[in-house]
Amino acid sequence: MTAQLIHGTTETSDQAAESSESSARAILGATLTFLALVALWELLARGFNIPGWLLPTPSAIAIALAEWRDELVRHSLVTLYETLLGFALSIAISIPLAAAVVHSAILRNTIYPILLTFQSVPKVAIAPLLALWIGFGMLPKIAVVFLVCFFPIIVATATGLSAVPAPLMELIRSLSASTMQTFIKIRFPTAMPYIFVGLKVAITFAVIGAVIGEFVGSEDGLGYLILVSTSQSRTPLAFAALVSLTVMSIAMYYGIVFIERIAVPWAPKT
Amino acid sequence: MNKIHIEGLEKTYASRVGRVTALAQVNLTIQQNEFITLVGPSGCGKSTLLKLIGALIRPSRGLLLLDGAALTRPPRDVGIVFQEAVLLEWRSVLDNVLLPAEILGLDKTKARARAMHLLGLVGLAGFERRFPRELSGGMQQRVSICRALIHNPSILLMDEPFAALDAMTREELGFELMRIWDTDKKTVIFVTHNITEAILLADRVVAMSRRPGRIAKIVDIELPRPRTIDMEFSPQFKSYSDQIRAVIYHGEGDGGR
Repeated sequence: MTAQLIHGTTETSDQAAESSESSARAILGATLTFLALVALWELLARGFNIPGWLLPTPSAIAIALAEWRDELVRHSLVTLYETLLGFALSIAISIPLAAAVVHSAILRNTIYPILLTFQSVPKVAIAPLLALWIGFGMLPKIAVVFLVCFFPIIVATATGLSAVPAPLMELIRSLSASTMQTFIKIRFPTAMPYIFVGLKVAITFAVIGAVIGEFVGSEDGLGYLILVSTSQSRTPLAFAALVSLTVMSIAMYYGIVFIERIAVPWAPKT
Repeated sequence: MNKIHIEGLEKTYASRVGRVTALAQVNLTIQQNEFITLVGPSGCGKSTLLKLIGALIRPSRGLLLLDGAALTRPPRDVGIVFQEAVLLEWRSVLDNVLLPAEILGLDKTKARARAMHLLGLVGLAGFERRFPRELSGGMQQRVSICRALIHNPSILLMDEPFAALDAMTREELGFELMRIWDTDKKTVIFVTHNITEAILLADRVVAMSRRPGRIAKIVDIELPRPRTIDMEFSPQFKSYSDQIRAVIYHGEGDGGR
């Protein structure tokens, strides 16, 4: 049996080496494709003499990124702050609420349907109302981020908390475990991979939420910068802001993937 | 003591087509340290009977006594093994085995020592720090057996524990289980749909039949212990197997009387 296991382990590490090799190849392929597309864009924009205010060349965008570096960083930090604050608020409220919904039939039958209904309301359409109610500061942006993140996190958490296999629940019941013991030792760890799926979906929504909030009425943030530079026909700057936004979004997504690897090492890799 | 006494036990479920009787009129007395196997086709109520004995579900009618007292909530004294190992993938082998001890608040040092002892018994010494995903199905099921035994229960309920394993692992585990039971006697109630397995393990085989689930016949197995694999080919074994097959498939039987 020992020999069998050792054999099995070797096989797994072989597979791991193989998969890291193939993922390295995938990253290389994606990077090359991306660079080729940027080059093609540059060539076409120059070849067809497309005016810079309509579609700037990648090199013009790069120049704008360098020239407006300080401004871009300042506005990025505003958007980042709104995004992370709204996201954190959403986690802090939706995870305990999901736990309450899973444990209480009354909540499940009252609050949950309301949440589902609420999810169907397009949050983009609420943004102007939020500005009307709570002004033009940072708060309405944080509120939009909170609203767009809330649903994916609560649904993922509630699903995860309910995903304990039936025999395991019976085993726990046979030991007369308390609700708290069941939650801490079984339900929450079971839900962790699900929660991270929710967090990954939510964080991409979060950035969109912050930008929408800024579109509605704002004096800083990347959304504001995009709006203003477009209206002034400074299209390269708008693109530079867009690039910052994309980089920020990707960085936050992989930040969560990184935390997941540490917190939930048993989760299937996605 | 741990004598289990069952009288007129019935379990019905509400379903879309009205009430379905999962188990009807079951009478059975199980002695302390007896090895009982419940065998029958799917839908004969054998798992239902097991869950009733573990007080995981409530009977619709009838009497279920443990040491003369009505069984209303899961007795502390029970270990359960299911068809799937259902280990916690975030816990090491050792921590999985220790789960019931943690929930019951048992002494940590003692529980740890017992866990190591049990893992040694099933040939998993040296695997304590491994994680479930690193183990084969048979090894996972061995861990789940250790988990069921960690609090030294006097009753062990096993719901088709080897059904998901390959034939060889299944035999191996059967003999391992009997070895453990020999050194550390418990009342074992073992559900299976494998007649050979049922006979090989049991002191008594409770053969059940379908629609409604009921006890068709109880067969005393008088093969000597320790049991060996060749017993399977003895005439006595074949006669047991024929008796059981007859009641399960053709509904002949005496209702266990």
